[in-house]
Amino acid sequence: MPPRRDSSPLPAPAGPVVDPPGHVVLPAPARRLSRRARARRRWTTIALFVAPALVLYLLLVVAPVVQAIYYSGFRWSGLGSLDDFVGLDNFKRAFSDDVFLGALKHNAIIVALSLFVQLPFALGLALLLNARVRGRALLRVLFFAPFVLSEVVTGVIWTLMLQPGGLADAVSPVDRQWLADPGIVLYTLFVVISWKYFGFHMILYLAGLQQIPRELEEAALIDGATHRQVFRHVTLPLLGPTIRISSFLSIIGAIQLFDLVWVMTGGGPVNASNTMAVYMIDWSFQRFQFGYASAVAVIMLVISLAIALFYQRFVLKRDLDGALTTMGAR
Amino acid sequence: MRRLPLYALGWLVATAILIPVVYAIFGGFRDTGQIGSSPFALPDPWVFTNYTEILASGTFWRQVWNSVLIAAVSTLLTVPLAALAAFVFARFAFRGRELLYTVFTLGLLFPVAVAILPVFIMVRNLGLLDNPLGVALPQAAFGLPMTIIILRPFFASFPNELQDAAAIDGCGPFRFFWRILLPLSRPVLATVSVLAVVGSWNAFLLPLVILTAADTWTLPLGVTNYSTQYTADTARILAFTTLSMVPALVLYAFAERHLVRGLTGSAIKG
Repeated sequence: MPPRRDSSPLPAPAGPVVDPPGHVVLPAPARRLSRRARARRRWTTIALFVAPALVLYLLLVVAPVVQAIYYSGFRWSGLGSLDDFVGLDNFKRAFSDDVFLGALKHNAIIVALSLFVQLPFALGLALLLNARVRGRALLRVLFFAPFVLSEVVTGVIWTLMLQPGGLADAVSPVDRQWLADPGIVLYTLFVVISWKYFGFHMILYLAGLQQIPRELEEAALIDGATHRQVFRHVTLPLLGPTIRISSFLSIIGAIQLFDLVWVMTGGGPVNASNTMAVYMIDWSFQRFQFGYASAVAVIMLVISLAIALFYQRFVLKRDLDGALTTMGAR
Repeated sequence: MRRLPLYALGWLVATAILIPVVYAIFGGFRDTGQIGSSPFALPDPWVFTNYTEILASGTFWRQVWNSVLIAAVSTLLTVPLAALAAFVFARFAFRGRELLYTVFTLGLLFPVAVAILPVFIMVRNLGLLDNPLGVALPQAAFGLPMTIIILRPFFASFPNELQDAAAIDGCGPFRFFWRILLPLSRPVLATVSVLAVVGSWNAFLLPLVILTAADTWTLPLGVTNYSTQYTADTARILAFTTLSMVPALVLYAFAERHLVRGLTGSAIKG
């Protein structure tokens, strides 16, 4: 990180300063302020700038997360007082509930499929669009478009296409109960998730690829490397930071998966597509066991944090600053 | 010639992307009988009543208005507050800066889902259930991390000489921020605004738990409700869904470059 200067007021100019509107402003008294007064003023400025965002953030993001941790120790319907403290029972209960464990497994499957199927697919298409293919601008705009559609709209349209006798059956060689067969439903959902999100990852990769100087790849080719070797030993390592960020966002997104599942299957049939978030909403707003649901929320939080810490420690380290925007290129 | 298979693959994927969207738009111009008998055909005859009935109904416009209102309020909160904070993170050196910044970035890990129960209870205690503010405020708060992360490096990229020159001319930090930094940052501000609007427009979980009264619903809630209410009438659902995605697609058409630049930190060539 480049050293940043603080903005302690520089010595004010000696004479009166004329402000654009025309009135005369006396030289700022900053020069005469003591060191301590100046420091105080600087801290005031910092506080005034950060405070509004910080207050909103602490109040509506941090406090609720802390509260969720607190609630998770109680048996509580969401109304009335919190007086039935049960310790870690809610967590024990979750980890001995097959439905929750199933949901956890489904999240894990989606994470794995995203990392090993969706992202390589996105990378492949990014490579395609990085080559000078005709119409690539149009293709890029098309691939990225589903990202702006809501998961609800995506889910409703796909549900209708996948209904028995619908569009999917007309295209597919075999008729399947795409959303009603417990053995298939999760994979069906994964296809829809990929439809919506691969374009986003492709855009990240494309930006990463365009940061790689063409000379590097050309030099390797001249030295006799095959295209495959260039990709493996030049392109891929240089794309590392982008791949790490994209994987991270993909993992976190898969852990939080809710809207699409809620709209398309509600977690069914017989919990075959349940996810942790769906399970949590089911136990809170439909069965009013807010304490237990909070424990599930805390489990999601801990998993996210663990992955983030792991990433921070082993993978992301130097990429985090301005992660999304600079792709670690700076 | 070597490129031909790749080329074909690209357009194959493009077709796969387009099919659901085209299916929804044209499906809205058919009736459910037509869709049932041949999922792929063009409308024959064209049916306009699905769209016209929805456009003539107060419910749809009510939901559009609710969505617009919530998107506007949350964006007008997130972007200015995040800009102020990002300015300090980018241009002031102070003890605890990185720690504070990390606290904000951790917000990316706190999905609305994790905090939704306490947020719901808090909003209920504030008496803001069924109130657009009850959605817009948490929405704005959860939008802060992403916005700050995008704005900070942009603000930090201005040369220090710019700020020094301004300071010599008697320009304090706030005036520098307001008169110089913000005007120079219009592109990135447009980017984060588009992201905030899209995020709010598409949000589902937060409105789902906060807004129970039908007249306060946003479009995503309207779409899900419509699709359960007219389960048997595929064409009507498609028409409603199509109309609800038009604003997002129009915004995308105008702001695609902004979105890409915001998410990747660079314009993409080609």
